[in-house]
Amino acid sequence: METEATRVMRVGEEAKGQLEEVGVSEERIFVASQWQLMWWKFRKHKMALVGGVITILFYIVALFCEVIAPYDPQSYSAAYKFVAPQKIHFFDAEGKFHLRPFVYGLNRERDPETLRATYTEDETKIYPIYLFAPGDPYEFWGLLETDIHLFGLKTNEKNATLFLIGADRLGRDVFSRLAYGARISMSIGLVGVLLSLFLGIILGGISGYYGGSMDMAIQRAIEFIRSIPSIPLWMALAAALPPHWPPTRVYLSITVILSFIGWTGLARVVRGRFLALREEDFVMAARLVGSSELRIILRHMVPSFLSYIIASMTLSIPGMILSETSLSFLGLGLRPPAISWGVLLQEAQNVRSVALAPWLLLPGLAVVAVVLSFNFLGDGLRDAADPYAR
Amino acid sequence: MLQYIFRRVLLTIPTIIVISMISFVIIQLPPGDYLSSYAATLLQQGDIIDAQILANLRQRYGLGQPIYVQYTKWIWGILHGDFGQSLEWQVSVASLIWERLALTLALSLFTMLFTWLLAIPIGIYSATHQYSIGDYLFTFLGFVGLGVPNFMLALVLMYIALTFFGQSVGGLFSPEYMRAAWSWAKFVDMLKHLWIPMIILGTGGTAGLIRTMRAQMLDELHKPYVITARSKGLTEGKLLWKYPVRVALNPFFSTVGWALPGLISGATIVSVVLSLQTTGPLMLRALTSQDMYLAGSFLFMLSILTIIGTLISDIVLAAMDPRIRYVE
Repeated sequence: METEATRVMRVGEEAKGQLEEVGVSEERIFVASQWQLMWWKFRKHKMALVGGVITILFYIVALFCEVIAPYDPQSYSAAYKFVAPQKIHFFDAEGKFHLRPFVYGLNRERDPETLRATYTEDETKIYPIYLFAPGDPYEFWGLLETDIHLFGLKTNEKNATLFLIGADRLGRDVFSRLAYGARISMSIGLVGVLLSLFLGIILGGISGYYGGSMDMAIQRAIEFIRSIPSIPLWMALAAALPPHWPPTRVYLSITVILSFIGWTGLARVVRGRFLALREEDFVMAARLVGSSELRIILRHMVPSFLSYIIASMTLSIPGMILSETSLSFLGLGLRPPAISWGVLLQEAQNVRSVALAPWLLLPGLAVVAVVLSFNFLGDGLRDAADPYAR
Repeated sequence: MLQYIFRRVLLTIPTIIVISMISFVIIQLPPGDYLSSYAATLLQQGDIIDAQILANLRQRYGLGQPIYVQYTKWIWGILHGDFGQSLEWQVSVASLIWERLALTLALSLFTMLFTWLLAIPIGIYSATHQYSIGDYLFTFLGFVGLGVPNFMLALVLMYIALTFFGQSVGGLFSPEYMRAAWSWAKFVDMLKHLWIPMIILGTGGTAGLIRTMRAQMLDELHKPYVITARSKGLTEGKLLWKYPVRVALNPFFSTVGWALPGLISGATIVSVVLSLQTTGPLMLRALTSQDMYLAGSFLFMLSILTIIGTLISDIVLAAMDPRIRYVE
């Protein structure tokens, strides 16, 4: 049988071996900080790195959506109903190469039988795509009034449009709406998780640090909340929100509703860590030199499980994003004119309109991409945070 | 064992009481009381309101009295099978919910069966063939299954069915059986339609279970008892199924209870997309039209279903693993 001491030594040796593979020398390992060690381990996890990069990209889009979106997400035009994604060309009709990519103008025709508008490319009209082109005016973060977009067409002609991934039933640019939707969908996950973290740390901390009857009560409460089917409960709570509330208040209420159930998972993690750490020698030492309880918790215990918390937070964000999407999709969460990925997917609820305009499903692809990258990132963080992980 | 079951059943009683309270609070959440909306609905339809009937109803549900009186009347009614009136459908809630609850339960149970039948063998294969191409393939598929939300999968499948096969998938019955009474033919017809929502609902769970099964098996496969059994000449198949698989299955039984709420939640949304006659769409309608007795009853009954599920899983787990019975 392996004793605890030999196990720790063996795991330590293995971890050192792994780190040496990434080219970190032995002396540096001995003096490295906890975060440094984690970063070295995390770096080895290629999928987690990719997930992290994609997550950051999505947050950049969420932060700068006004700049990245070529159009105002609410500006509609009956002339561009269900325009298919426009192709970006480098070669024109005569086969001449253009260094600057361009789109063709749109010709609109009506199908004589179905009366549905169809669009064809007008190959005589060439509209090059410029970086930092002027377009719809907007207020950047409510501070700066400008009309410069990351990319766009420098023209005001009637048939010059840039629908990268098509237009919806009101002729609004789906790409712009996707970018604006990222702001709400990505932030709701973050805010919701922070809120559940707050609840989880307080209740889980009390539960784990003091134990006894408090622990008993909180654990029963957690088991109880987890035994209610969450989506019907969310639906019921969300339906109770008055329909005349402004979008920001609905947004806040939805996050509160989501984290009301989301905290249970985090509380369990926190409690488990508290229970394990309470018996550690360094906590006993701190107590013996007369540190206050608050100091023991904040200065000695929290830093040693912070990495776990960050990892499990990362893993619970996708759940929040999915829940918001589902609620809004059902029409119980955010409602238009607010834009979130769930609201966008509501347009795709009718399978006939999806058959007509499959690009309406693209917000769903964004959801999948975000959820997967968060999962990979969280997996990598969890492995990196655990010194005993193989 | 009997004592354990008894204690466990006793524990569910306070849970059910708290759940009934929460459901009741949710019924009360929208502004105005049930009868004023009921009267408004009747007026809208041009019906004459009989003051006597209203007064009777007011008496029956204890409206205008303190909330605990209302709650007692409500729960007393439920104990006698009276769930209140649906104000949108103008019939008693009980006549609306039972068939839909049964269909929801059937869908969830079939899905769970499907998940297990798929996940257990794949998990065992992945563990015994660790780092093989098959293992990587299943791990990848598992991650995709975890990442794609149910309703997204439903939409994509419907889109594919409509554009490539020219038919719409949805519903649980063919039109000719829609209103027919239950018969063997109708049951078979349901099974024919059930597989699509089953696959859609099952993917996420299957992905998660494959990962659990794989990790559990990997933990067990390197334990000394496996080596002993192998050195004594047991065939590989018999060895695998008789020992490590049985131990590795433990978390499956302990998560049955939590898989059920997940499935019922998932089924709610998928049913809305696929327009199945389960609780989901009706509950959604009840919620949007503030038909609160109906919505509250659904929430209450669905929660009770999951509590029973948890109870069964705990008992099965105790039967499978003697250590659990004696811990508490």
